[in-house]
Amino acid sequence: MAVERSPRADTGPRQEMGDAPSARPPRRPVTWTWLGVVPFFTFAFLFLFLPSASIFVRSFESLDHAFTFQNILDLFQKSDIRSAYRLSLQVSAATAVGGAIFGFLLAYAVTIGGLPKGVRSFMLTFSGVASNFAGVPLAFAFVATMGNAGLITRLLENVMGFDIHAGGFTIYTFWGLSIVYMYFQFPLMVLVMAPALDGLRREWREACENLGGSTFHYWRYVAFPILAPTLLGTAVLLFGNAFGAYATAYAFTGSFLNLVTIVIGAQIQGDVLYNPGLGNAMALGMIVIMSLVMLIYVWSQRRAARWVR
Amino acid sequence: MRRFPVWSWFWFLIGILYFFIPLVSTLEFSLRMLKGRYTFEAYRVAFQDPRFYQSFGYSLLWAVITITISLLLVVPTAYWVQLKLPKARPYVEFVTLMPFVVPAVVLTFGLIRLYGRPPLVLTTTPAALIVGYVVLSLPYMYRSVDSGLRAVDIRTLTEAAQSLGAGWGTILKDVIFPNLRVALLSGIFLTFAIVMGEFTFASLLSRPAFGPYIEEIGAMRAYTPQAVSLMSFLITWGSIMLIQWIGRGARGQQVQVGGAR
Repeated sequence: MAVERSPRADTGPRQEMGDAPSARPPRRPVTWTWLGVVPFFTFAFLFLFLPSASIFVRSFESLDHAFTFQNILDLFQKSDIRSAYRLSLQVSAATAVGGAIFGFLLAYAVTIGGLPKGVRSFMLTFSGVASNFAGVPLAFAFVATMGNAGLITRLLENVMGFDIHAGGFTIYTFWGLSIVYMYFQFPLMVLVMAPALDGLRREWREACENLGGSTFHYWRYVAFPILAPTLLGTAVLLFGNAFGAYATAYAFTGSFLNLVTIVIGAQIQGDVLYNPGLGNAMALGMIVIMSLVMLIYVWSQRRAARWVR
Repeated sequence: MRRFPVWSWFWFLIGILYFFIPLVSTLEFSLRMLKGRYTFEAYRVAFQDPRFYQSFGYSLLWAVITITISLLLVVPTAYWVQLKLPKARPYVEFVTLMPFVVPAVVLTFGLIRLYGRPPLVLTTTPAALIVGYVVLSLPYMYRSVDSGLRAVDIRTLTEAAQSLGAGWGTILKDVIFPNLRVALLSGIFLTFAIVMGEFTFASLLSRPAFGPYIEEIGAMRAYTPQAVSLMSFLITWGSIMLIQWIGRGARGQQVQVGGAR
């Protein structure tokens, strides 16, 4: 803290201003501390806010640059756009729920599930790596696994005489893509859940047992309510994680699967919707959904923090 | 006596299978280029392609530039916010959440519409790619640096240095940076891993980076793409392992989303 020096002790030119400075509140010095964050916020303004704002404004622009709500209405009315949103939401929801459940079970197994210590650090290390293994290489890895000439495909065919690709089945569908996304989804859940499960204190379980509660009671009335915000928060995070994904889906299926990100990517490369405003409206729709995801996530983080020491 | 944890082992096994089957399959696939036997032919072909080195070098260069700019933007800001401007913290944190809210495809879309024409033309220059990568790295860089700053008492250290007569340059170089080494290295290696495999920005902005290169040969050839994918995975793997090795003993696992999905 800087101590304000009395003006009387000051021998500077301000003394000549009359004899009443002590009655006047000392003038607040102009602060320049905010200058330190200017570069950061300038960058964010130019390259995050302006592009987002431009998408917002252009969503309401018709082909002849007049104001219109038609693009927003088209999001809900045009069947190909609706189906793109539906597929994106389905894949995101399926992999978020699947990833959350599987990730939780794994986290449980390696933390309080009674497995040896080494297993736990191995699982956490590998989850850290796998949650970052995404994009083009991940897509090609799964092509090599369950594509037409993939290892699993051939094993099934040679060992069990079962051709999964007979009858027109392909992996380049909703289910195939969901299996690929799961590879980076559940490790994320493991990474978040493991510390949360560690945070369950033994006293809580003992207190529950002393009151005559069973294991079911403990999980239903103690552990689950404490973990619920973390579970919910991470699940919506996984949802957003899948919803914004582009590289993995593009490399895996080309533009075969009609996801929102794929359509926007195609719109960038050539105006496939024949309406720039509609492309902006689709992008705006993504921003709105991702903002909701973020809101729920931040809210659940606050709730989860209550029980953390 | 505790029961044998059957279910724990069961789920653990499933997890391990999910982790390793795609990796083993990729390795096996990449070795099958010549009929009837396993060879490293696909790797030899991959290393013969001059564009492999060009795109790899291109991404390497861009990774270094991205890391430099990201550090210059984030470190002074995080330090300043911690030390002098705690009021700005929520705003800075809001900005670092933005790259998640505006996914890479959407951001590219906005950047192209905004900076694809005068007065400021960026999208036909490599600058747009760097902008995208820096945005992508902001959350990880900021979170690493911020948690690093919180872990040490930055204010006391700064005041102690000041009272010993140190200037700002000395404070940053000799006091702050050594204490932030782990945090900075985590941010750097994570950014490195993300940029080296990044596809979305590079592809949509038509830049000859490593990610689009892998995708491109995937459309042309069999077997080599898997070989290159495995190398790309090794880069990610190496970076993350390095982060975990550097940060061993430090509390809290950094969880990252978004990135180059």
